[in-house]
Parts: sequence; C-alpha cells; structure tokens
Amino acid sequence: MSFLRFFTVMLGMLATSAEAAEVNLQSPVTSIARDIYGLHTLLLIITGTIALVVFGVMFYAIIRHRKVAGRTAKLFHENTTVEVIWTVVPFLILVGMAWPATRTVLAQKSTRGEDMTIKVTGYQWKWRYDYLDDNFGFVSHLATPQSAIQGVSAKPVNYLLEVDEPLVVPTGKKVRLLLTANDVIHSWWMPALGVKQDAIPGFVRDTWFKVDTPGTYRGQCSELCGKDHGYMPIVVIAKSPADYDKWLADKKKAVAAMADDPNKIWKLEDLKARGEKVYQQNCVPCHQATGKGIPGSFPALDGSKIVTTDKAAHIHIVLNGSQKNPAMAAWGKQLSDTDIAAVITYERNAWSNHTGDVIQPKDVKAARGGKV
Amino acid sequence: MATVTDTQHAPHSHGKPSGLSRWLTATNHKDIGTLYLWFSFAMFLSGGVMALCIRAELFHPGLQFFQPELFNQFTTLHGLIMVFGAIMPAFTGLANWLLPLMIGAPDMAFARMNNWSFWLLPPAALLLLASFAVPGGAAAAGWTLYAPLSTQMGMGMDMTIFAIHIMGISSIMGSINIIVTILNLRAPGMTLMKMPMFAWATLITAYLIIAVMPVLAGAVTMVLTDRHFGTHFFNAAGGGDPILYQHVFWFFGHPEVYIMALPAFGIISHVIPTFARKPLFGYTSMVYATSSIGILSFMVWAHHMFATGMPATAQLFFMYATMLIAVPTGVKVFNWIATMWEGSMTFETPMLFAIGFIMLFTIGGLSGVTLSVAAVDIALHASYYVVAHFHYVLVAGALFSLFAAIYYWFPKMTGKMYNERLGKVHFWWSLIWFNVTFFPMHFLGLAGMPRRIPDYALQFTTFNEIASVGAFFFGLGQLIFLYNMLVSIRRGEPAPQKPWEGADTLEWQIPTPAPYHSFAEAPELEVAENGAIRAMKGGKHH
Repeated sequence: MSFLRFFTVMLGMLATSAEAAEVNLQSPVTSIARDIYGLHTLLLIITGTIALVVFGVMFYAIIRHRKVAGRTAKLFHENTTVEVIWTVVPFLILVGMAWPATRTVLAQKSTRGEDMTIKVTGYQWKWRYDYLDDNFGFVSHLATPQSAIQGVSAKPVNYLLEVDEPLVVPTGKKVRLLLTANDVIHSWWMPALGVKQDAIPGFVRDTWFKVDTPGTYRGQCSELCGKDHGYMPIVVIAKSPADYDKWLADKKKAVAAMADDPNKIWKLEDLKARGEKVYQQNCVPCHQATGKGIPGSFPALDGSKIVTTDKAAHIHIVLNGSQKNPAMAAWGKQLSDTDIAAVITYERNAWSNHTGDVIQPKDVKAARGGKV
Repeated sequence: MATVTDTQHAPHSHGKPSGLSRWLTATNHKDIGTLYLWFSFAMFLSGGVMALCIRAELFHPGLQFFQPELFNQFTTLHGLIMVFGAIMPAFTGLANWLLPLMIGAPDMAFARMNNWSFWLLPPAALLLLASFAVPGGAAAAGWTLYAPLSTQMGMGMDMTIFAIHIMGISSIMGSINIIVTILNLRAPGMTLMKMPMFAWATLITAYLIIAVMPVLAGAVTMVLTDRHFGTHFFNAAGGGDPILYQHVFWFFGHPEVYIMALPAFGIISHVIPTFARKPLFGYTSMVYATSSIGILSFMVWAHHMFATGMPATAQLFFMYATMLIAVPTGVKVFNWIATMWEGSMTFETPMLFAIGFIMLFTIGGLSGVTLSVAAVDIALHASYYVVAHFHYVLVAGALFSLFAAIYYWFPKMTGKMYNERLGKVHFWWSLIWFNVTFFPMHFLGLAGMPRRIPDYALQFTTFNEIASVGAFFFGLGQLIFLYNMLVSIRRGEPAPQKPWEGADTLEWQIPTPAPYHSFAEAPELEVAENGAIRAMKGGKHH
C-alpha cells in the first residue's frame, strides 16, 4: 500500500500527461470481465494480507532480534508443528482460491448457445472480421497516421487504439468469435470484455462475450507478431440491437456497392490511384512508402527485377506469396482481383518504375488458374 | 624450467600458471569460476544497455530513437543475454568457485571439461551480439522465439539458434561436472543430508538443466529445419502445428525459471543463517521443498499458454499444478524468516541483499499466484503485469541473490574486504530504483498495456515515464558495484579467514584467500545440517 501512496505522489509530480493513469483492470462490461475483476480483487486481498503478515513478522524480527539490541541467538532449528501448519494453511488458502477460479474458467470456455458468430482473422498487421451469419466482412486497420507516430503531427486522444473499421456487435447477445490467423500467431485482446484469445495460423480457436452496455471498447494485439505488432489495435463498438440492425443493413449495402465488376477494363491512372491506396494499407509496413523496403529484411520494389520486367512472376508472387521469404504473404487470399491488379499496376508505375504496364483484374483472375 | 623442478619435488604442487594461458587453459575451479563470473557480469552490462535502449524508447509515446524492428531485436536479445549469458553462467561460476570448497573436494570432477564448458560461452555471446550487424539484424521474435514468427527472420535468427545450441552444450557439461562433483567428491563426513543447501540447490538445478536444455535445443532445431530444410513442424499448411513449438519450448522454459531460482534459494540459505547467527531453520524440509519444486516445475509448463485456447480440463490442470508450487516456495520463505526469528542479526551488505531478495521475491511469488489463476491470467497474459512479475523474480530474485553471494564470498575469493559503505549504497540504490522501475508495470499491465510494443497509447504515459527513469538510475547504480569490486580487489583491507562471525560452512575453515589448490588431500569432517563444520581433521592445501 505504501507503494501505492508513493506512486500517487510521483504521479502528481509527473502530471505531464492529460489523463489520469489507471492502476487497476479496466471497468468490466461483460459477465466474464466482472468475474475476472472480482477474482483479481479477491486475490489482491489474499496475497496482500499474506504479504503484510509475512513481512510484518520479518520486520518485527529485523527490528527486535538484532545484535545491537543485545540479543543472543536462540539456536532452535526445527519445529514440526509449525512446519505442518505453514504447509497446510497455504494449501487450504489455495483451494479456497481455486474454487471460484474454476467456475470462471468453465464459464470462459462455454462457447455454446451463441446468438451470432464472427470469424476473426489476424494478419501482419491488421484484423479481418467476417460476419458469418450475414455473409460479409471487412478488414480493420490502424487509423492513427504515421505522422503522429513519428512525432510530426499531434497525437490524437485514442492514439494507436483507433481503427478505420471497428467491429460492431449488438448488446445483450452472445457473440461467439472464431479466431484464426494468416501468417503468424496473433492474439485478440479486449480488456473491458475480459477476452484474450490467440489467433493461430491453420487452426480455429473460439471464445465468446456478451456486452451489457453500449459503448466503444479498445484493445490491441497481445502476441508479438513481428515488426508492427504494436500497431494492430482492436476497436469494438457495442450498439443496442435496434441500432445494430440498422448498422448491419447499411453496412451490407455499402459492402455490396463497393463490389467491383471483375470484367471491367481499367485505365492506367484509375488503376494506379486505386493501387496506391491498396499499397498504403497493405504493403507499406514492409516495402515502405518509398518502395525501398528494409535492406536485409524486406526487398525493395523500386527498380526490382520482378516489378520492372516479368509480369507473370509479379502477379504470381503477389497472389501466392514468396517461396523464399515467408514474410511475403499470399495476398490472393486477402484481396480481390481488382485490388491485386491495382496494386501491381501501381508498383509497376510508381517511384522510378515507369513500365507503363497495366494489369487488368481479368489477368489476375486468369493467373489464379480457375481458383477464386 | 620452473615446472620441471616443481614436478620433481612435489608432484601435486603446480604453481599458478601466469599470463593469458592461465585463463585460456584454465582447469582450476577457482580460475574457471572467476572467468564465469566476469563473463556473466559483462553480459549483464550488455543486456542492461539493451534494457536501457528499450526504456529510452518507451519514455514517451511515439517513436523517438528506434524503429520497431530494432526495438524488437533489443527485447529479444535482452532476454536471451540476461537468461543465458548473465544469470545462468553467474550461478555456474559460483558453483565452480564454491562447491569444492564447501564439500571438501580438490577441484571439480572433470577439470578439462570445465575449461571447455566455459570457453564455449564467449563465442556464443559473440554470435548473439554480432547478429545485430548482419542483414536483417538480430532475432526479433522475443526470447521465446515463437514459431512461426521465428521462421520469418533473417540470418540473425540462425545465429541465435546456433548460439543457443552452444550455450546449451556448455551448461549441460557444466551440470554434469556439478553432479559428479557433488555425488563423488564429498569429503568423508559430508553426507548428502548434511551438505550445504547451496550444494543441494545446484545439484537439483544441474539435473533440471540436463533434463531440459536438450528439449530447447530440439525446439530451436525444428525451427532451423523449418527455416532452411523444408520441414513443416510448425507450419499448419504442411501438417505442422505452431502451438507444438510452445509446448516444447515451455517444457524447457518453466524448469528454466527454477534453474534461475533454485541456486538463489541455496545462497540465501547460507547468508541468512550466517548473519542471524543461527542454524538454518528446517534444513530437511528445505531439501524436500527444493526437490519438490524441481519436480513440480516439469508439470506446469502450459500455464504460459492459457491464452492459446486449450480445453477447459487442461486450463484447470495447469492452474492447479501451478498453484501447488506456491506451497513449497512458501515453506522456503517461512523457513528463512524462522531462521531470522530470535536470532542475533547484523546487517552487512550480503544480509541486506538477502532480505531484499526475500521481500521482493515474495512479491514476485504472490503476483505469480495471481497469474496462475487461469481465469485472471486471460486478463494479464502477455501484458506488462507479466513483465513486472518475472522481473521481481529474476532481478530481485536471481540478481539480488547473486549480489548477496558476491559480497558474502568476496573475502574468501580475493583475500580482501569489499567496501561496506559502498556495498550498502549499492543495496539501497538498487532496492529503491528497482521498485520505481518495475512496480508501476503492474499497473500498466492491469490497465491493458501489452508487452513487447515499441509505442503505446497515451493513457500509459505516466507509468512508463516513471519506469524509464527508474531503469536508468538502477542501471547507473550497478557501476557502484563494479567500482567497489575493482577497487577492493586491488586495495581492499586484508580479509581474515572468517570475516563473518556466524559463518560455519567448510570454506571458512581454510585460509583466506582460498589457496589455489585447496583440499589437495581430503579432510575428515564432522558435519551438522546445512554443511556446518563441527570438527575438521587433515585436509592439505597447496
């Protein structure tokens, strides 16, 4: 406790940040998060009491049983009764802790009886949400601009915890999440919901939550997943069922409106403009905005042989990933033919690459070899 | 020439070899122990510099000094270097120095293998440090090197894997030496259930090392073949399983935690009785507690994996097993406090560090109990709460016990006294700034800050600032220690044979500094619990 007071004082001295620093778990908004909060409080009381008693005895001895106080040592070195007591009592305390903990573990694991299911896929470094019951989905990227990260522009209030497309869910409904990943292990952590579940490539894991109160909740990836691990936030917006239904209808319309005609023949500048956006969202972390990559880790695209000469090889590596460097993902699974055509066209005409090549969506479709 | 006369006159009395060859070809356990200790201190400083780079970047939100990829390399190498380069070799060094003196052996059992176990370490450390300079930089997957992320890195990862292989071989050979020395070279009268707790702790640790280092080698070798030879151990697309890596890694990783803790328990079990001027309370139960911690440590590995989505039964089994470890660990803490109880205590630097150890290790242990509760771990796993927890156990645990040990045995090793005043300054400085650095991390973790991120949301700013300030002062304070050691080795007061009134183990029965070839002939001993010497006959030194 004295530490708490000490840091409260330090906090006052260092009152440079706008917000008060939190010292406890975030306010829970699901039954599981409330259980966790309660359990943690219980544990804090038990362990705090143990610490007080143990340190109390120790400091009593330190103060009273010292040589300068004229003490001579009593040379006892065992006492069966005491030893049995301090083995059995902690054991019983642990049993007392295990009982409520077991109930919460079982509740966390009971994912059945869901009202709706959302598939969550972790990518380096973004999340994709698929509403399986409604057959649509979208990708959620970090919305904080690079300039704020590099300190060129001011940092927004929700710095690093804001996304372009939040996950929207209804309140009062049991939402089951199916989690997987595309490349490496990620972890979907939403503190206020009491949920943390690893997303593992090639496997599906599940978890669940039922949010009580409408609101915006923020979290982030909690499993080191490479360079931009710190930059893949999660935002959940819980809406009342009526508001949620309205959002759902609007969103489905918007997604449908955004669908591209796969047979459209595009002009170079349109495709390049679209490709630049795709590049910004997906390629910049590794290949960099300059197209120079990061030497040793991520190859340059500016002046690259594949990008400036062999079109088929270029389409192949973007669609299927790299054989040599597992960090290069197979984008065919994530992006539409139009987006892939756009980004390849952009790469072949950006920086010093003035090939004038235009890759059409149908070329990409052909390259997929009949696979969707 | 001199050697010729030596061998003719006294076959057992080799003079001290001099110059570089004394160290390169060292077979004397004291020389090798010294090498280990200096090596581990150098690694402690280089790992510490990386920690300070991490804390500098985290002083403010935003990226100031390092880009994320370099930041990840720092977190990874900081962990690897501190675990394999600093703490483990430091304990092996102490074991080398002290075991023969404590049990009345002439040297370690395999003197030449001892040389090889040490000299494998510098190349391994060079591989780790040099990997910063290769294309793609050092390994950046965290010290746990989780697949499949570790299959993505550049050649820095291969160098790290090779370094782990080498360090693994080194610590296995060191452990074989420790086990054989303890089991075979004890002087008459030094029975197993009488020998010093430090010997017990290193014996059990050595068995743990032999059991789990090959497991780690297997895990990283599988990563290596996944990277280069087309295997798919951890690639689901090829029939592998990324979680398999974590099971194998933590089957090593959890006993590893005790590999870094048990020797500390051994040290504390000597320092506390000495300065309380009382025998260790509950020696027998200490031996059993240490053994049961060793055995239980193999059954709790998946508590590092509660967030991977194991079935409920597995969550519960690993939760119960982990909670169970609190019992023997608690017994140890209670025994130490009972040793202090009704004692006649003085508070020289080793005692201060030992008391600091008990206090902070207990805090780390209690936050460990909190983490063991799987339901709560879901909220805390991979957060700064975990960072706080394991630094309480490893810095305030392992490192503080090492400081206690160095101050405690410094007179016997060097024949000089360290500067008590500077020692006390070092303790209070470390104690205060350690807590300023790591206590706020509990709050950060609770509030939702993940570990291993180079940049963070604004609400985490205050505590990160405090932690960074604390870290720099803590780091600075270690130079006090270095200064004290360097000056005292050269100009310290001459130390008496037994500088501590309450010290009763065998190493205090021989001259100070310990003769180069101590116990060339085995002494006959009458021993009480915890290696306390009641009577000694014979035992010659050269």
